[in-house]
This record gives sequence, structure tokens and C-alpha cells, in this order.
Amino acid sequence: MGVRRSRMGVSYPSQHPCQPTTMLAYLLRRIAYALPIMLGVALVCFLLVHIAPGDPLVSVLPADASVELQAQLRELYGFNRSLPEQFVMWVWRAMHGDLGMSIASNRPVATEVMVAVSNTLRLAVVATALGFLLGCLFGFVAGYFRHSWLDRLASMLSVLGVSVPHYWLGMVLVIIFSSQLMWLPATGAGPGGSDEWAWNWAHLQHLVLPAITMSVIPMGIVARTVRALVSDILDQEFIVGLRAKGLTHLDIFRHMVKNAAPTALAVMGLQLGYLLGGSILIETVFSWPGTGFLLNSAIFQRDLPLLQGTILVLALFFVLLNLLVDVLQTLLDPRIARA
Amino acid sequence: MSTLNAPPVSRALPSAEMPAAQERSRGYWTSALLRFRRDPVAMGAAVMVLLLIMLAIVGPWITPADPYAASMLKRLKPIGTEGFPLGTDELGRDMLSRLMAGARLSLFIGITPVVLAFLTGSVIGILAGYAGGMTNTAIMRTVDVFYAFPSVLLAIALSGVLGAGLVNSLTSLTIVFIPQIVRVAESVTTQVRTRDYVEAARASGASPFTIVRVHVLGNVLGPIFVYATSLIAVSMILASGLSFLGLGVKPPEPEWGLMLNTLRTAIYVQPWVAALPGLMIFITSISFNILSDGLRSAMDNKS
Amino acid sequence: MSLHDDIGGPAQPLLSIRGLQKHFALKKGLMGQGGGVVRAVDGVDFEVLKGETLGVVGESGCGKSTTARLLMQLITPTAGEVIFDGCTVGSRDLPLKEFRRQVQMVFQDSYASLNPRLTIEDSITFGPQVHGVPRREALARTRDLLARVGLEPARFAERYPHELSGGQRQRVNIARALALQPRMVILDEAVSALDKSVEAQVLNLLTELKAEFGLTYVFISHDLNVVRYVSDRVMVMYLGQVAEIGPSDALFSQPAHPYTGALLSSMPSMDPDHRTEEPPLAGDPPNPINPPSGCRFHPRCGLAAPVCAQRMPVHSLTGPHHMAACLVHEPGSGHPRAPLAPAPAA
Repeated sequence: MGVRRSRMGVSYPSQHPCQPTTMLAYLLRRIAYALPIMLGVALVCFLLVHIAPGDPLVSVLPADASVELQAQLRELYGFNRSLPEQFVMWVWRAMHGDLGMSIASNRPVATEVMVAVSNTLRLAVVATALGFLLGCLFGFVAGYFRHSWLDRLASMLSVLGVSVPHYWLGMVLVIIFSSQLMWLPATGAGPGGSDEWAWNWAHLQHLVLPAITMSVIPMGIVARTVRALVSDILDQEFIVGLRAKGLTHLDIFRHMVKNAAPTALAVMGLQLGYLLGGSILIETVFSWPGTGFLLNSAIFQRDLPLLQGTILVLALFFVLLNLLVDVLQTLLDPRIARA
Repeated sequence: MSTLNAPPVSRALPSAEMPAAQERSRGYWTSALLRFRRDPVAMGAAVMVLLLIMLAIVGPWITPADPYAASMLKRLKPIGTEGFPLGTDELGRDMLSRLMAGARLSLFIGITPVVLAFLTGSVIGILAGYAGGMTNTAIMRTVDVFYAFPSVLLAIALSGVLGAGLVNSLTSLTIVFIPQIVRVAESVTTQVRTRDYVEAARASGASPFTIVRVHVLGNVLGPIFVYATSLIAVSMILASGLSFLGLGVKPPEPEWGLMLNTLRTAIYVQPWVAALPGLMIFITSISFNILSDGLRSAMDNKS
Repeated sequence: MSLHDDIGGPAQPLLSIRGLQKHFALKKGLMGQGGGVVRAVDGVDFEVLKGETLGVVGESGCGKSTTARLLMQLITPTAGEVIFDGCTVGSRDLPLKEFRRQVQMVFQDSYASLNPRLTIEDSITFGPQVHGVPRREALARTRDLLARVGLEPARFAERYPHELSGGQRQRVNIARALALQPRMVILDEAVSALDKSVEAQVLNLLTELKAEFGLTYVFISHDLNVVRYVSDRVMVMYLGQVAEIGPSDALFSQPAHPYTGALLSSMPSMDPDHRTEEPPLAGDPPNPINPPSGCRFHPRCGLAAPVCAQRMPVHSLTGPHHMAACLVHEPGSGHPRAPLAPAPAA
């Protein structure tokens, strides 16, 4: 789960470094590359759902439905067409924002998914920010004071972060803070329906426990990455040169931040993507009305259009986030475009 | 030929260049293991892992009580109850016995996908790395598409689609891990392929298959293996997570994730009993992670 | 002691290279920039005679190492022929695997040339075993060779490469090359990475082995002194082409090509009567993607004339077995210093 580097063709010999055309060419190439990936993702989504055993209509139809009713519903949902046809139709409609109708709730999939996404985003962004801050702190301390007891302690914390089963951690936090101490609520996203949100304490108190639980994994990974980065930078010989010139610790710190920032931010971006897509376990524990929760109900109700639409949106978010991270990294560190 | 006269040099080397006579030659794995032994934390983790594996093997036979014996009268007894040292679950079954018996299933669903992914992923990755060209492009672009999904999402989507059950969750997890292993395998193989000794092997007329067998495999399987061990902890958490969602093992089998699921509502009644299965997952995951980190440090020094 | 039968007799060259070319295509950028072709080796002809040592010199990037790999067929040529003792390599008379048994190579990086996971013994026996030699015999041959290159088998056979010094590893590489009982060995900067004293020992070892096994060497190096010491004939390469080729003594004392002259003048001299003064080579180092028109050396050549930018010189004989690709020696080329074309026969 580390940083991914985009792979470019070998260049021999390398072209002049900071030419804007090189960067622009790289960016365009990177964006163009994302398109077939997105199509591939859509294909996998579609195949995933349609290779499932069982008749998709079973969950909706009463057992004694007449043959005409079955045929009507099949026609309505398009289940009677061939698979490639269904795929093309689905992609075409999706590009126009129509992801079909949820079989279970009879509301447009797109609406349901978007509401859920906004809820999950709130949670994921807070969790990522928290995880990033703590991770940077621990990672920096560990890397700067290498091989001391501080390093061991901080490294241990980051290993803990990565190893803990987060759904279990959620349960434990609920036990401590909700059940025993009664400080914070255990479930839900606040008073009112799942599409109402306000940044007030009535709602925020519901955010605290899930966000802390969710932040643990990014914390661990960011800490590990930052430690390695800081360690590498300290190892480089020009640091010794800078110290010899009489730079203070603060200057070196600033220098380190400048060098480590691109990679650290990239990792944070990727973690946000993972949390968006992988929130289902924590949302289940806290009954948080986000995409994970939606996914859960879609699976158990065998609501195919909803399932397809949710997976597609989440995966596309991830692809776009990766793209954004790559682009930002290149803007911050032009050497990558040349590589 | 040459007009310069060089003094005749005896064929034997001057004594200063002789290697130390006493030391026996150490192979790659032996020296890595020796370095590993000197790391106390990693050794501790290794011992823990060994204990867990032994528990997985003999657990079901040495439980103090029957893990399946339910009794509605004895539901949700606390830790320290007489006869039930770790309490009972929501159906009155002895927690200690269920935890011990659960080790087998939990470790199985955690480790097996990684092993299967290691085997298939290595073959695919080494093939992609050594063949290069169109084969490489085709394989790696396909892997990229799978990489575009966050692993949790893919695992759950696959499980959700295939349905609950042991085999299905094993399948979905294996599919999730294969692309990651293929990536690492391809990357390492491509590096090794350009080394001079592989060129020298080609220059001696060996077939690609022989070259891969003799020269590539030995240098490539190490790093892939270390990477695979780092996946075990993730796999355990994910596999138990699937059971936690109801997509994995079915009741009444003892499995730690499933136990967390069924005990969820009991957190208000007997919180610490309900948290126990998760603690086991945590301990296992941390041990594997430390073990894998230790292995990586031990290998890194040389390569 | 080579077991392979000499096919063509001593007069036939062991290796004959005609029109060898290797072009690397560059990837085009999205906007159409980049692209183009690196002409690493661009029309190379030469011969290697049986029993000689052919030295190959030139600046970095002139195509020496690429040529070596083309000879070994480790990369496929874009054009050209490699003929070994009268048979075309890769044809039915000489399949590739058989060719690989007869020609071997020693690389520059002694550590990277050995598989770190194999013992010295295993590395050396690999080659013979690929060609069907049974393990026991291969092992015997290995121990024999190790002794011959100066490494006591009892101490060294079961060691790993990281336990040996650079010079020892290079001896292992030589033993490995000889394990297949080849007729020709290509030494690609084989001694360049070694300390000077070790270098001398290894060179002497190579000389002894050549006499004992009846080998032919192609010795690639950028070190002119070493090349002079070991070679019978020397070939000078520039920007993917052969500039000059001739007997070692003649080439070093009377270079025919201006580039060779410049190379030799740039060697630091210990002789107070022949001091090295100004840098003889002017201009920028060459770019293999866009080589200069006509004679490739003309932008840096002290003897350049306008015609040099227009015509590509061919090899002209300047002495017994001595050829240079320079318009100065080409009769009737139009260069002010060139001899006139011979009158057509009446």
C-alpha cells in the first residue's frame, strides 16, 4: 500500500529537464492513460455483478409472479438483452449520470450513491487529515531521532496502527466511550435523515469515534513512509554539507519538509482513496450511512443496479484520485516527468 | 606481439589475497537467517507465530470444553466464571474453547489466499518480467485495471457477488492479492533480467527456461516471498472482516471474525468477552507484521 | 587445445563482419517531439584473423560495447552479417547455440557478471552443463580451470562472489568463459575496473591462456596503453563506424586517421621530449542521434575540408593491412591533400 510511480517509456538520451512541453506531454499522456483504465474498471464492475449465480430478479419478484410480470420486469431492467448490449447501454447511460434504478428502494441509484458518498467523504477526509497529522508527527520523530528509544516507540505505534483490525478497534472504542463512559454516541450520523448534515456538535459527536477508528491505518502508513523519507534525506551527504555551513536545526527541518512533502502528500491522497473505497467495515460497526453501508445493503438485498452503480462510483473516484495525486506530484517534482 | 617486457608472474596469487581459511562459505538464506536471529523483537514475533500455528493445528483437539456445546442458561457469562475462564458467548458456548478452535479456521482463511496468490502471482509476474515486450504490456495493463480498485472494495464486491462461504471468500481474497504479487514479481524480474550474469548465461547458449530456473528464480523469489509475508497480516484482517460482515465463514463454525459479528450486540452486556476474538486477530496480525518486517531487514542488508 | 575443428584453415578469418548496423528507435512524445533513431553502430566492416588479438578503442559512446554484444548475438542487428570461420551465424551450418559455444565474452563489471546466489563452481559448470557435459566431468574441468587461472580450487570452488576481490572475480569470469572451450573470447573492458597492479597480473594471465589454448581475442578498451601492450592489430571506432584499422605498431607510430592521431596525442606523456600540450580534440562530443553529414569526424577534425561535409569516406588502404576511412587517403576524393585518382587504363 505504498506510493505508486507511473511508468513511462525509457528515454535515451534524456531531453532537457524543465521544458514545459515535456511536462504538458507527460500530463496529457497520464490523463489519456486513465481513460482505458476507467473503461476497464467499468467492464470489471459489470462482469463482477453479472457473473453472479442466480437470477437477478429473484429478490424483487414474489414467488408466484406471473410469467407476463416477469417478462415485463425483465424488459424494464434490460435483463433480457445480451451481455455486451447491456454493458454498452449501461456505460452510455452512466456517462449521462443515469445509473439505473435501485430494485429495493425504487429510487435512482445515482441519487442514493451521491448522498452516501458525501457522508463517507466527510468521514474519510477527517480521518485522513487526522491520520496524516499524527503520522507525520510520529514518522518525523522516528526518522529524526533514528535508533533511539523515541524511534522505537514511534515505529511501534505505526506498526500497531497498521496491524489493528479497525472494525475491532471501533467496537472497543464504542465499549469504552459509549457504553462505559457514555461520552459519545455509538451509532449513526446524527439526528435527522442521512441527507441532513450540519457542522454542529449534535452531528460532530457522532463523527468522533468513527473518524478516530478510521484514522489509525493511514496514520500507520504515513508514519512509516515519513520515517523512511526523513531517514533517507538525513543520510544524504549534502545535509552534512549544510550543517558544516552552519545551518540551524530549523532550517534543516524546513528543507526536509520541502523534500518529503511530495511523497507524503501522495501517500495521503492514496490513503484517502483507500478509505473511500474500503469504508464498509467501519461504517457497519458505527451504522454510518455512507457508501459502505449502502454496499452492504445492496449485497444482502441482491440489488444489482445499486451494487453495480456503487462499485463503479467508488472505483472511479479511486482512479481519479490516483490521477490527481500523480499530476500533483509531477507539478511539485518535475523530475518525475523526465524519468 | 608486444615489445614491452613484463617480468614473468607466477600463476598463484600473492598470499595477501587469500580469503580467510577458517570461515565456511555462507549462502544467501543462511546469512539472512543468522542476521534475523540477532533481532530480539523479530524473534519474539517468530515465536508467537509459531505458537499460533501450533494452536491452529492442534487447537480443536485440546480445548477444555466442546466449542459447539450451547446452553441458553449459560449465555454471556463474564470472564473468570467457574468452568469458563474466558466467559461464554451469546449461545452459552465456552469462549476459551471457541477461541482456541477458531485459530485453525482464522489462520487458514488468512494464510491460504496469500500462499495461492504467491504461487500464481509469481509465475505470472516472472513471465511478464522475463518475456518483456507485448506479453509484459498485456499482463501489466490488466493488472493495472485491478489495481484501480481499493483492495477492500474488490474483496467485498467479489465476496458479495459469489456469495458467503469459505471457498468463495478464499477465492475472492486470492484474486485481490494476485495483482499485488504480480507487480512485485515483474518489477524484480525485470531488474534481474538486465544483470550481466543473465547476459552471460544467455551468451553460453542456455534456453530461456534454463536461465529462469537457474539464475532468475533464486534471485527473485526471496524479495517476492518477503513481500508476500507482509500481506498475511492484511489478509487475516480482511478475511476475518469478511466473516464479520457475514460474507465469509458461516455459523456455527468458530472463526474469530464471525465471533465478533455474532457478539456485536453483546457489547453492552458483556463488553470484554465480546472484544476477545478481535484481540486474537490483533495479536496474530501484529506478530506477522513484525515477523515480516524483521525478514525484510534481514534480507535487505545483503541485497 | 580447442576441441573444435578448424574449418577454413589459417588463412580464413575467424570472424568476418559485413555492414553491421544497430539502430535504436526513440519513443515519440505525444506532441510529436522526440522520436528519431540512435545509430549506435552504423555500417561496420572488419575481420578478426585466427590467433590474433584485435584491440578495439574509441571514446565512450562510439559503439564498442554495442558491437561486442552484436558479435555475441546478445542483441539482434538491424542489418549486417556475422560470419564465423566461413559459416553465417544462425544458419544451418552454424546454429546459434553452437556459435555460443565457440565465442565467449568477459564483461567489465566483475561482480555483476556472477550470480550472487551461486557458488563459483556452480557458476562455471553452468555453461558446460547447458551443452550436455555430464556434471562430474564439468566439475573436473572447473577445478582444472580454476587452478589454471591462479585460484586454488580447494579454497575457492565453494565460495560466493561477494567473498572474492575484484581481481579474483575477473579470474573466475575468465575461467567461466574458457569452460566452454571456445575459440574466441571477447573481452569488453575486462580489466578497466581493476586496480593497476591487479590489471597487470590479469593481462599476463590472459596472454598465457591465449598461447596455451590457441585462442583469438577481441580486446575492447578505452585505455590505449593497455591496448598497445596486448594487441596485434587495432581497430579505432568513432560514432558507430570504423575510423581506422591496422597493425598495432604501425597504427600507434603512424596513425593514418586524424581521429587516431588526436587520441594518441591526448595520452599523457612521460617523455619530456614529447610533451602533451594543447588538447588535440576540439568541438563537442558527438550525438549519435543526429550524426554530422558526410565524414562524421569533420566538425572536430584539424584537416577538415569542405568536401568532408559532403562525402562519406570509404576504407582506403594506407599501408600493408592498414586501412583508414578518411578522404585524405582516398585517391580522387576532392580533398586538397588526397592523391589524385589513378588514370583509367587505356
